[in-house]
Amino acid sequence: MNPPLLQVNGLKTYFNTPAGLSKAVDGVSFSLQPGETMAIVGESGSGKSITALSIMQLVPEPAGYIESGTISFDGQDLLDLTWEQMRSIRGRQISMIFQEPMTSLNPVFTIGYQIREAMLTHDKFKGESATSRARSLLERVGMPSPNKVLRQYPHELSGGMRQRVMIAIALANEPRLLLADEPTTALDVTIQAQILTLLRDLQRDTGMSMLLITHDLGIVSQVADKVAVMYAGQIVEQSPTNTLLSNPLHPYTQGLIASLPSRSRRGQELYTLEGVVPPPTRWPAGCRFHDRCSKRLQICDSQMPLATKYDDTRSVSCHLYPAQEMAGNQERLK
Amino acid sequence: MIGYLIRRLLYSIPILVGVCFLTFVLFYMTASPGEIARRNLSAKNPTAQQIKDWEHQHGYDKPKWKQFLDTTEGLFLLRLGRSDSVKGERVMTRIKESWFPSFEIAVLSFGAAITINLSLALVVAYFRGTYLDIYGTSLCVFMMSVTYLVYIIGGQFVFGRLLKLTPVAGFLPGWESLRFAFLPVVVAVISGMGASVRQFRTFMLDEMNQDYVRTARAKGVSEPQVLFKHVLKNAAIPVLTTSVQAIPGLFLGSILLESFFNIPGLGNYLVDAINSQDFAVVRAMVFIGALVTIVGYILTDISYALVDKRVRLE
Ligand code: SF4
Ligand SMILES: [Mg+2]
Repeated sequence: MNPPLLQVNGLKTYFNTPAGLSKAVDGVSFSLQPGETMAIVGESGSGKSITALSIMQLVPEPAGYIESGTISFDGQDLLDLTWEQMRSIRGRQISMIFQEPMTSLNPVFTIGYQIREAMLTHDKFKGESATSRARSLLERVGMPSPNKVLRQYPHELSGGMRQRVMIAIALANEPRLLLADEPTTALDVTIQAQILTLLRDLQRDTGMSMLLITHDLGIVSQVADKVAVMYAGQIVEQSPTNTLLSNPLHPYTQGLIASLPSRSRRGQELYTLEGVVPPPTRWPAGCRFHDRCSKRLQICDSQMPLATKYDDTRSVSCHLYPAQEMAGNQERLK
Repeated sequence: MIGYLIRRLLYSIPILVGVCFLTFVLFYMTASPGEIARRNLSAKNPTAQQIKDWEHQHGYDKPKWKQFLDTTEGLFLLRLGRSDSVKGERVMTRIKESWFPSFEIAVLSFGAAITINLSLALVVAYFRGTYLDIYGTSLCVFMMSVTYLVYIIGGQFVFGRLLKLTPVAGFLPGWESLRFAFLPVVVAVISGMGASVRQFRTFMLDEMNQDYVRTARAKGVSEPQVLFKHVLKNAAIPVLTTSVQAIPGLFLGSILLESFFNIPGLGNYLVDAINSQDFAVVRAMVFIGALVTIVGYILTDISYALVDKRVRLE
């Protein structure tokens, strides 16, 4: 296999809050191949966005900080870089789009300015070529009348259009990795589907890798090659998308899938996962999911399950799948 | 835009009438024409006839509603009339003589204050959370807590007496005026600095927490560019509105400043008129003050629309 483009290992991102130390991301490991799309799925508060912001090193300071771990991108640990070196990677090698299209653009600059700025900052495209590239980017993300849009201000565009602009900005320097943090959550359902399709097509056309963060397991099959399910600051299961949807291992993943509306269960009442994600300042002892888990065992409230390889493509953190019982697959992930 | 202006000007008519009415009522509650006549007649013990003549001369013998209508009409037509004082000079003449010192000091303080305060606010905002920021904001609170008088007297003492850099007080026309304006401008800037820098810093920090700042960083924009371009242009909106709102106050001349520095400006003129119960001058100056304030607010709205493309004047 090729060396991964992105390899995150044991990432811990903490926040000092008035309520105490918040361990928002608490030991996350995964890797992403060039051209691969991975979805991180989880409820709000599970640490998905903070994982992405940690990769960008845009965790809100001074409250938030990366406690430990490595984030190696193209073989280089991003956490070793200076702010200036990291700046030359942001928006050029790694781009990010956000959940809030309505507020993510600067209200006092034109769309054209904001797209061009992304290019001029990195000196990759200059002057006229930046302008014409801005125009073709807008075309590529499906904006009608790009020439007009270049001169418009964000408030003149709808949420979906603004998210398209954000995508155009993110793609401006042909990045190798796109972090998309709930890019469709704030949008109407029909627009959601369009944006998702657009992201998938762009990913395929450009061959970039994509990390799609979402709380909606229902959308991952359209886009992602594999899925990491996050709960309470940790990844509890990783699996190829199809396998995950057809054969989930972790009780939390099973609950998420059971609560998805599906054709085969049409007419039946939807399953709902009881309870909410606990606050990140007070993660429960043992398995963090144990008080919501219907299958919990004796040891679950005292001992934290470790991420264990289930087979060649899957890993899971749950006492139902003890490492020692899987001969030949006993390697524990960090 | 034109429609908006016309509407705003029409709205200002009832406001101005109201201002005139209040001034009129307040005047008759605190003084009577007879008293003014006695003050302003040259004779030591004027006879009843002399007082009557004076009242007739200055129009105070007409029915009150007629007085109000006449004077208000005059003000709206900018026929400001003559002073009630012995000399009885034209109010307009005095305004023409004394607007310049007020204007000069106002423009200089406004320009200097906004430049200096904005720069300082940018510096403390850039170094937010560091000791520079903490000490800077503490200093601001200290400067806000010190009264205006201390700055005036302290400034006169340090610059005028000790260093002999500037005249202690007074005013001369022409280029000489800059020497006299220097100290009042310094005092005006310094006395407002604490509050402004703190307020501007808050505007900047509010903007720094906005999502578009995160976007700019995610694009790889450098921190100085984030601050000086993205944040500053947005923070300019509240900075501008608060500053433009202050223009009317500046223009009428800070009353304390002009009397302490003995500057023959509009503020001084108004104080003298109040002291000598010169109703004709007071009502004219109050009217002009109201007019300048209204114009200031309209200018605020226009400047708002110029910086913030989301604002439409309709
Ligand atoms: S470890 Fe125990 S509590 Fe946690 S998910 Fe597995 S069975 Fe449930
Ligand atoms: Mg989120």
